Amino acid sequence: MNALAPIADWFRHLNATTGINFTVFYDPFDATRFVHGLWVTIELSVVTIIASVLVGVIGAWGQGVKSAWVRGVTWSYVELFRNTPPLVQIYFFFFGLSAVLPHTHNGFGMAQPLIGGFAWASISLALYAGSFNVEIFRSGIEAIPHSMLEAAEALGYTRRQTYLNVILPLGLRICLPALTNNLVNLIKTTTLAYAIAVPELLYVSNQIWSDAENVPEMMILLFIIYIILVGILVALMHWWERSLRRPGLGT
Amino acid sequence: MSDLPVFPKLPAALRPRARAGLSFALPRLTIWHGFGLTALLLICASVAQAANPAPLQKSIFATLVQWTPLLLRGFLLNIEISFLSMAMGTILGIALGLGLVAQTKPLRQTSWALTQFFRNAPWLALLFFMIYLLPYHMRIGGLHISLPDWLKAVVGLGLPVMANVAEIVRGGVRSIHPGQWEASESLGFTRNQQLFSIILPQAFKRMLPPWMNLYAILTTNTTLASIVGVNDVVTRAGQVLAAAGNNPGLLAPVYAYVLLLFFIYTYPVAIATRRLERRTKVRI
Repeated sequence: MNALAPIADWFRHLNATTGINFTVFYDPFDATRFVHGLWVTIELSVVTIIASVLVGVIGAWGQGVKSAWVRGVTWSYVELFRNTPPLVQIYFFFFGLSAVLPHTHNGFGMAQPLIGGFAWASISLALYAGSFNVEIFRSGIEAIPHSMLEAAEALGYTRRQTYLNVILPLGLRICLPALTNNLVNLIKTTTLAYAIAVPELLYVSNQIWSDAENVPEMMILLFIIYIILVGILVALMHWWERSLRRPGLGT
Repeated sequence: MSDLPVFPKLPAALRPRARAGLSFALPRLTIWHGFGLTALLLICASVAQAANPAPLQKSIFATLVQWTPLLLRGFLLNIEISFLSMAMGTILGIALGLGLVAQTKPLRQTSWALTQFFRNAPWLALLFFMIYLLPYHMRIGGLHISLPDWLKAVVGLGLPVMANVAEIVRGGVRSIHPGQWEASESLGFTRNQQLFSIILPQAFKRMLPPWMNLYAILTTNTTLASIVGVNDVVTRAGQVLAAAGNNPGLLAPVYAYVLLLFFIYTYPVAIATRRLERRTKVRI
């Protein structure tokens, strides 16, 4: 804590002299809240990124199967979630479905929903971003030259083997830039969890600026942190893209 | 060179999808998807009806029908906000996009910084920013201007649209073959003439589908305005729920109904975008 003391002092001094009030840097209570919010945002981002990619892979597979039913269900899912507001989706899950599902009772005898706010936010955000991922993976898969699939078939690969060993690795490389963009959007969309009182970054920032009345400062901090988070993701994805690159495939 | 927010391409949602050769025809999205959504609504309503311990005085369908005018009025506000933000975002975005392809370096860098800032900030955070920081009442000279919340929301939503439109413009201009620039230069066109009479008319066709896609995204994002207190369809849905006696069984059907409203409005835009994409693909 001692190492951070000069920083805290500097920001306290900044507040005293100029009125620019970054409470999170010198007030331990606000700092704890803020760090916790940042942590929740990171957690939410990681969980939804992984889940949405899984949804995308499964959905892209569902669009290519022979059964018209599975294809139809996948298409309806994609169109439904792409063309409706993510906020209303979250409300629908959190309020609507949660009310229909059974409740448990906690120690105080209060009704407690089976699935909490964080879990519903993860589920609905993963489904929302997943619907975009399905389209992204599909376009990647369709960009694979047909001769590759024929070659795999000629080598005796089953449909599943072809999908796992040929289509997925090649399609992934083709659609990585588009996937990066969607995941960036997903990180930004995690702010919607604010609406169902998940204590993520925007939510705690709102609490802090309500207490300390420092909206512009908190906002600037918020933007900077989101830009850093997005920057980390973009850097990671670019690094991954480079490490996966195969000469002769794509540009 | 690819430091933080330089994205090599337009965001996925803004890019024309499935440019590569299709190995099978796209299963055309039909009215069935609308039916699917309606079915979801019906299922939710029936499940809620069945699971409801205390029977309502009115059935859920009757309640929905009764409150439809109120919800539609809220939905109309969403549409208005989406129109105004799109108009604002497009006008500013075209200017910013032209800045992105300008020849003077300071102008290009400023536009780049602005674009990246507004593209990488969460929409909701920008909305909060505008709601809190724009004054409710302004006086410019003798002119009194009051900014109600929904107008602030228009500005807050218009800014990310602006940045995305700028990227679309840049992408469109970049997609035109450099030979076009060279050819027009050799014909003695000035830079402005090249841009406005040669490049942009060609790029326009390619910019239209991602622009429409952006509109669809914006429309769904207008619901964010409800969080900052605008009386839009989501806020009204909350009011309807309260007016109908806060019945938990009503929650799912009402929100499914709002989803349906948006689907009905956005879906034709999605279809039109896809058609246009296919058409431009053939021509170019």
